[in-house]
Amino acid sequence: MDLTVSNNRRNKIHPWIFALFAACASILMMFASLTSAYVVRHAAGNWLEFAMPTIFFVSAGVMVASSIALHFSYIFFKKENEKMYKLLLIIGSILGVLFLVTQYKGWMDLNAMGVFLDGNPSGSFVYAISGLHAAHVLGGIATLIMALVHAFGLKFKVTDKRKVRFKMTLIYWHFVDILWIYLLCFMIFQ
Amino acid sequence: MATTVKTAPGEINEVDQLIEKYGFDDHFHDHHDEDKYKSNFLTTYVFSQDHKIIARQFLITGIFWAIIGAGMSIIFRLQLGFPHESMAWLKPLLGKWIQINTDTGMGTLAPEFYYALVTMHGTIIVFFVLTAGLSGTFSNLLIPLQVGARDMASPMLNMFSYWFFFLASVVMFYSLFLSTGPFSGGWTAYPPLSALPQASSGSGAGMTLWVLSLVFFVVSVLLGGINYVTTVLNLRTKGMTLWRMPLTIWAFFVTAILGILSFPVLFSGFLLLTMDREMGTSFFLSEIYIGGQALENVGGSPILYQHLFWFLGHPEVYIIILPAMGLVSEVLSVHARKPIFGYKAMVYSIMAIGFLSFIVWAHHMFMSGVNPFISNFFVVFTLIIAVPSAVKVFNWITTLYRGNIRFNAAMLFAVGFISMFISGGLTGIFLGNSAIDIQMHDTYFVVAHFHIVMGIAAFFGMFAGVYHWFPKMFGRFMNETIGKIHFWGTIIGAYAIFWPMHYTGLAGLPRRYYSREGFETFRHFGDVSEFITIAAILTFFVQLLFVVNFFYSIWKGRKQTTRNPYGATTLEWTTPIIAGHGNWPGKIPTVQRWAYDYGKDGREFVPQIVPLEEGEHDGGEGDH
Ligand code: HEM
Ligand SMILES: [Cu+2]
Repeated sequence: MDLTVSNNRRNKIHPWIFALFAACASILMMFASLTSAYVVRHAAGNWLEFAMPTIFFVSAGVMVASSIALHFSYIFFKKENEKMYKLLLIIGSILGVLFLVTQYKGWMDLNAMGVFLDGNPSGSFVYAISGLHAAHVLGGIATLIMALVHAFGLKFKVTDKRKVRFKMTLIYWHFVDILWIYLLCFMIFQ
Repeated sequence: MATTVKTAPGEINEVDQLIEKYGFDDHFHDHHDEDKYKSNFLTTYVFSQDHKIIARQFLITGIFWAIIGAGMSIIFRLQLGFPHESMAWLKPLLGKWIQINTDTGMGTLAPEFYYALVTMHGTIIVFFVLTAGLSGTFSNLLIPLQVGARDMASPMLNMFSYWFFFLASVVMFYSLFLSTGPFSGGWTAYPPLSALPQASSGSGAGMTLWVLSLVFFVVSVLLGGINYVTTVLNLRTKGMTLWRMPLTIWAFFVTAILGILSFPVLFSGFLLLTMDREMGTSFFLSEIYIGGQALENVGGSPILYQHLFWFLGHPEVYIIILPAMGLVSEVLSVHARKPIFGYKAMVYSIMAIGFLSFIVWAHHMFMSGVNPFISNFFVVFTLIIAVPSAVKVFNWITTLYRGNIRFNAAMLFAVGFISMFISGGLTGIFLGNSAIDIQMHDTYFVVAHFHIVMGIAAFFGMFAGVYHWFPKMFGRFMNETIGKIHFWGTIIGAYAIFWPMHYTGLAGLPRRYYSREGFETFRHFGDVSEFITIAAILTFFVQLLFVVNFFYSIWKGRKQTTRNPYGATTLEWTTPIIAGHGNWPGKIPTVQRWAYDYGKDGREFVPQIVPLEEGEHDGGEGDH
């Protein structure tokens, strides 16, 4: 898979990381279009107003904590501190899963409030946007599982290749983290 | 200078010497020879990660779909041109979609199936042929070869890009055989026809498979596009500055950016659409009665879908045409033996077109009830697109002016492209005025516009590319005589089909109607319609010449004996005739000058690998 990468590179940034940024731009467009649709539909009236369940703020906190844990895990990895690296990786991953659990709780709360998936579009949008975001977090968790497999399955060694891999996981994770905070703010203030 | 580049295998020639002297050694072959990529038939030809093989896979799949898509148009044109002739003879092919009147024995095309054919024709040609088959093929073939890279940034994702396209193809193909027929609500899939499974026979399983197929397709475009952008920005060889890139690369690059930014929006539209279909939401549905029964959906807006669709839809038409423009620019310059006129202006107009294409989408919705004040905004930007388009046309023509032109098949198609682009671009300016569009919208005038400017022009760009780069793909040439017959048959045929549609459209003939029999006003278009159908059938058969030529030449075409048969300057002609894995057997060539040094200082052409001489100026970069 790395047949072209090691040789004629021009930029400081690794091509795979660049590709990841391009992918993030693409994902961003997906959410930007959903939020624009939200705005356009909102402006048309017949819009049910409701307050976002507080659990969504908790989930944002969980996500931020997870991001921070992974960030330090990466720093310890680079410092060759195996124990802290593994510990924080586990904590970060568990928080990641916890995020999905809290999101699920959020949907339950919405339901309990009488905001249904197939009700007024104002509610449907919240389900659609948070659901699509959760799907992206799920993808992130898949990469975290890969990272865990690498951490515990392979002999500990700091190589350029592993650094790049870990960094990509981290960038993506920060990305979905910030994305959720943006989406939450959007849905509150709109 | 390196003007004649003969290579018998193993022989050292000037090109090899230049690469040896100025190239750089990335030790690629030290650890990649005999590696897993070459190991067996399956990994070499099927699950290949080599961009050159993937390019051929895209092309051949595209040709397969082109035959099906064009064949469908012939069937529905028969209905339009000859509504009173029996189609019973098509019964063995189409089965129950041909309805036989038991008294008269007369066979007619089922109306639902007419709509399914029109829908599939549009979807297949737009996405599978002119997106995957065109940009998929040539971005893959040319990006690594022309920028001087061993392969794409991620060959594996590149392979997945093809296989997702393949998956999309399989799903769409399968939907053709559903008992309820494939989706039939138009290639734009507007709700409610697309959102309500009970709306028409194709809206159920047919639409489900349509969406599934296009979701796979979106994944394919994104994987491909991310790879193309990354490769262009990160893996160019030494000396290949941005201003030295051939226009093909510029075009593929901007195309890929458009794809990355617009296809996800289509995905969002599909997500909401699928939720409306499967989960009872009402994003796009409101107050609908079916058979006197009110549906529960309230509060949705079908126009919302149109915004999401056309936010992709308009960039999509440029995703189709930009690669064709890139190919044509290159072919014109090589075969006119002249530098492309206004290289930088060409690059800037590609960028301008790319940018503007994101802020004109609502010109497809002037008649959908968008606010007229908002329409004004879209009218202005739509008309502004004519400016960079005109710059490009001017530069192509000026490139030809006093050129030493070789009228081979590739060049003929490139010139034909300009003709088509002018004809179709002009009608775009009519349609871009919302006041005029109120009359023209959804008439045959629109059909004429987009078939000429997009359909035919993009096909011409693709043909020019295939004839020109065929030796690069297969080490052989296509037959020139058949190629020229193909060109003349196609350009005459295409104009014969689409030119008359301008008149019928101006007279108000609506598109997408199965029958005009019920309308007294449209009766007298019967003859025109018949003429168009005959022209379409003839043009279709002319295309079969191309298909035969293509496959015959893969095995039996005239062999390529010199490495650089056209005397071109770009890097793809410095590889061995059949380039192996990693493209260059030894070092990677470095680039010393821009891509368009034709007829410079008395030299017929100067390849990009030849260093600048004392005091010589670089055409693209200026001198630094
Ligand atoms: C000078 C530039 C152009 C202008 C001003 C222009 C304008 C328009 C307008 C206003 C429409 C909507 C007509 C209607 O539905 O009533 C339209 C339709 C269309 N145009 Fe263009 N166009 C231009 C160039 C192009 C190019 C370069 C392409 C493709 C390569 C293209 C492809 C299409 C397609 C596919 C449709 C019809 C889509 C459909 O309704 O199914 N146009 N154009
Ligand atoms: Cu448009």
